[in-house]
Amino acid sequence: MANLIKNGDIVANDWTTITLDAEVSPGDVKLPYGNVLLPLAVWQARKWDLIQRQWHSLDGGGKLGVWLSPDEDPAVLAEDLQDLDVIAVRFPAAGDGRGYSIASLLRIRYGYKRELRAIGTVERDYLHFLHRVGFNAFEIENPEAALASLGDFSEAYQPAVDQPLPLFRRSGLALAA
Amino acid sequence: MYAYTETDRRIVAERVIQYRDQTRRHLASELSADQFRPLRLQNGLYVEKHNPMLRIAIPYGQLSAPQLRLLAHVARSYDRGVGHFTTRHNFQLNWVRLGQVPDILAELAQVDMHAIQSSGSCIRVVTTDPLAGVSPVEVADPRPWAEIFRQWSTLHPEFAALPRKFKVAFSGGPDDAASVRTHDLGFEMVRDAAGDVGFRVWVGGGLGRTPILAQVVREFLPWTDLLSYAEAILRVYNLAGRRDNLYKSRIKILVQSLGIKAFAQRAEAEWQHLKDGPLTLIAAEVARIADQFAAPDYETLTDLDARFEFMRRFDREFAAWVKTNTHAHRQPGYVAVTLSLKAPGQAPGDATAEQLDAVAELAERYGFGELRTAQTQNLILPDVRKRDLYNLWQETRKEQLATASVGLLTDIVACPGGDLCSLANARSLPLAAAIQQRFGDRGELVDIGALRLNISGCVNACGHHHIGAIGILGVDKNGEERFQITLGGATGPGAAIGDVIGPSFPAAEVPETVARIVDHYRACRRPKEGFIDTVRRIGTKSFAAAAYAQEISIIEDEREVANG
Ligand code: SF4
Repeated sequence: MANLIKNGDIVANDWTTITLDAEVSPGDVKLPYGNVLLPLAVWQARKWDLIQRQWHSLDGGGKLGVWLSPDEDPAVLAEDLQDLDVIAVRFPAAGDGRGYSIASLLRIRYGYKRELRAIGTVERDYLHFLHRVGFNAFEIENPEAALASLGDFSEAYQPAVDQPLPLFRRSGLALAA
Repeated sequence: MYAYTETDRRIVAERVIQYRDQTRRHLASELSADQFRPLRLQNGLYVEKHNPMLRIAIPYGQLSAPQLRLLAHVARSYDRGVGHFTTRHNFQLNWVRLGQVPDILAELAQVDMHAIQSSGSCIRVVTTDPLAGVSPVEVADPRPWAEIFRQWSTLHPEFAALPRKFKVAFSGGPDDAASVRTHDLGFEMVRDAAGDVGFRVWVGGGLGRTPILAQVVREFLPWTDLLSYAEAILRVYNLAGRRDNLYKSRIKILVQSLGIKAFAQRAEAEWQHLKDGPLTLIAAEVARIADQFAAPDYETLTDLDARFEFMRRFDREFAAWVKTNTHAHRQPGYVAVTLSLKAPGQAPGDATAEQLDAVAELAERYGFGELRTAQTQNLILPDVRKRDLYNLWQETRKEQLATASVGLLTDIVACPGGDLCSLANARSLPLAAAIQQRFGDRGELVDIGALRLNISGCVNACGHHHIGAIGILGVDKNGEERFQITLGGATGPGAAIGDVIGPSFPAAEVPETVARIVDHYRACRRPKEGFIDTVRRIGTKSFAAAAYAQEISIIEDEREVANG
C-alpha cells in the first residue's frame, strides 16, 4: 500500500478510491468504512449524507475526498473545499495534461489548501511539473526511486503554485523597478 | 544576441542530467518504449526510418559563430558530417545514436544550446523574421519578445502535455515574414495610437493535414500582457482541445468548432483572472532583454559604395547574386546576405560540417559573429558592409554557398521525405534535384522571377507545400510514389492555401509539368506581373489545363487508336 508520496515522504495510502460501474447509480454505491476518495457524481448526489455521517460517528468516521476526471470542471467543487480532505485528479494517460490546468485552477483560483493528489497514470518524469502546478501527493509505483525526480530542476521561469513569482520578478532588476 | 544568465544555464544543464537518466533507464528497460517516447520527443529525438534523428533548437533563428562551430563539431563527431536546417529554426542530425544523445546535449549546453521542446505535444521552438532587427520595414524588433516568450514557454509545467504540438511565431511588422498566419499562435508587432508597442494576436493557423489560416483573436494586446494572455489561450486549449483524435487536436480545430468569436470570449474570460497578475511584464525586464539585441557597432557609412557599384557593373555574375541574395538593411551601407543552402545536388537546407565552420568564420570576418536561419532553409549573415560584398561573394562561392537563387523557383523548400522520414509517401529530395536540374538555365529562371516552390513528402506538410506558389505533395497510390500539385499558396499578408489542380503525377513527370505551368504563366502574364498574381487573376483552372495538356493529348491519342 505504500505507493503514496506525500509532501516529499513515502507514506501509507489509507484511502479507498471508489469507482463507479455502469450498473450502480451514484446514490446507491456502497461505501466502505474509512477514508474514501469518491467520484464527483457520488459526492454531488450524497454530499449532505456524507458530511452528516462524518459528524455523527464517534471517531469522526472516515475522511472524505473527491477525485476528478480530466473532463470535470473543478469549479463545481469551489463551494465544497472546506468539506474535503483530499482532492485527487485522475490522469488517464501520461500525455493527457488537462489535470495540470485543473490543479492550477484549484490551487490558485479557488484557493484549495489541503491535499491535492495525482492518481491514475502518474510517472516519475512528470513529478516536477505536477508538483509545480500544486500536487503535493502522488500515487505512484516504485515511490522510492520516483522521489529523486521531484528535484530534477532547481529553478524555473514561470510563476506556479510552488513559486508564485516569475523569475523576472525575483531578480535584482525587478526589485529596483 | 541574448546572453544566457547563470540561471538559464542551470536549467539547460539540469535538463541534460534529467534526460541522461531517462535514456539510461530506457536502455535498462526501466522505461518502456511508450513511456520513453514523449520524453525523448520533448527533447527533439525522433526514431526515424533508418535511425534516430535529433532536432536541435535555434530559438528565433539566432546563432553565434561559436554555436555554429559546435554544430559543425557535433555533426562531425556524432553524425556523418552533415546537418539539416529546417523551415522552423531547427538543426537536424539524421544519423545519431540514441545512447550518445545525452553527450551531444551536454556539448550543446556548453554554448547555451539544447533540444528542449523541439518536438512533442508542447510549446515548440519560437520563430521569427530572419531579418528581425535589421529589416527596414519592421514596426519593432520582435526578438526581445521572442526571447521573453522562450523563457516563459521553457518547461512550462501546466502545458507540458498539450493535446498536440503548439507553434508560435513573432512577426516584426506588417510584412509578416514569420508567417503568423500559419501558426497556432502568432504575435504581430503593432503600435497603438499613442505609439506604444503591442501585438495583434493571431490564433488557429496551421498547415498539415487540414491547412487553415489563423484569425485575429485580439486586435491590440499591450506588451505588458504578452505572457498573461498567452497563458489564457494555452489554458483554454489545454482544457478544451480535442484529445480523442490526433488529426483534430490542434488549436485550429478548436477555434473552428467554436468560431473565432466564441473562442476569443473564452480566452478573454480566462484572461480576466490572469491579467495584471504576476505574469505582467515589467519595463526593467524588457529593457534587460532588449539591451542584448541592441544594434551592434555599425560603421557610419554612406549607402553608396563606389567599389561595390563598380564591381556590380563589372561582374554580371556578382550582380545576379546581389540581386537575389542580398536584402535591404536599415543601416546605410549595410545589407543582409543569404548564404544559399540550395546548391545543385545538395539537399535543400543541408550543410556540411566544413560549410558550417566556414560560415562561422565568415560571420566573424564580415559581420559581428552572428547569423540567422531562415524559414527558406538558408542561412543569413545579417550585417555585411556593401564594401565587403564582392570579397564575401568570392569566398562563399568556394564553399558552394553562393547559389544565386534566393526567392526564385530553384530556391526549393523541401522536407527530408522518403529518404529519411518514416512517415513519407514519396521522396522529396530527388524531386527537388530534378526540378533544379530542369530549371538550370539562368536566363529562364530569372525571367520566371519570384516563385516559391515547396515540396512535402506527405500530408504532414513539413515542406509547407500549402503555402508554396507551386506546392508539391507526395501521395501514395497503390504503392506507387506520386505527386499532387497545388497552386496559389502564399505567406505574408496575402497568405493563402494553394488549390489542388487535379489528379497526381508520377515523379518523372513532375519537372515537365512544373515547366508547363510556368510556361503558361509566361504566356499569360501582364508586364511585371508576378507568378502568384497571374495565378490569382486568371485562376488555377486555366493553369490546370496547361498542366495536364500532355495527358489530355495522350488520352486523345488512345481514343484515336480505339476508334481506328
Ligand atoms: S512532410 Fe511527411 S515526409 Fe516530409 S518530413 Fe514531414 S512527415 Fe516526413
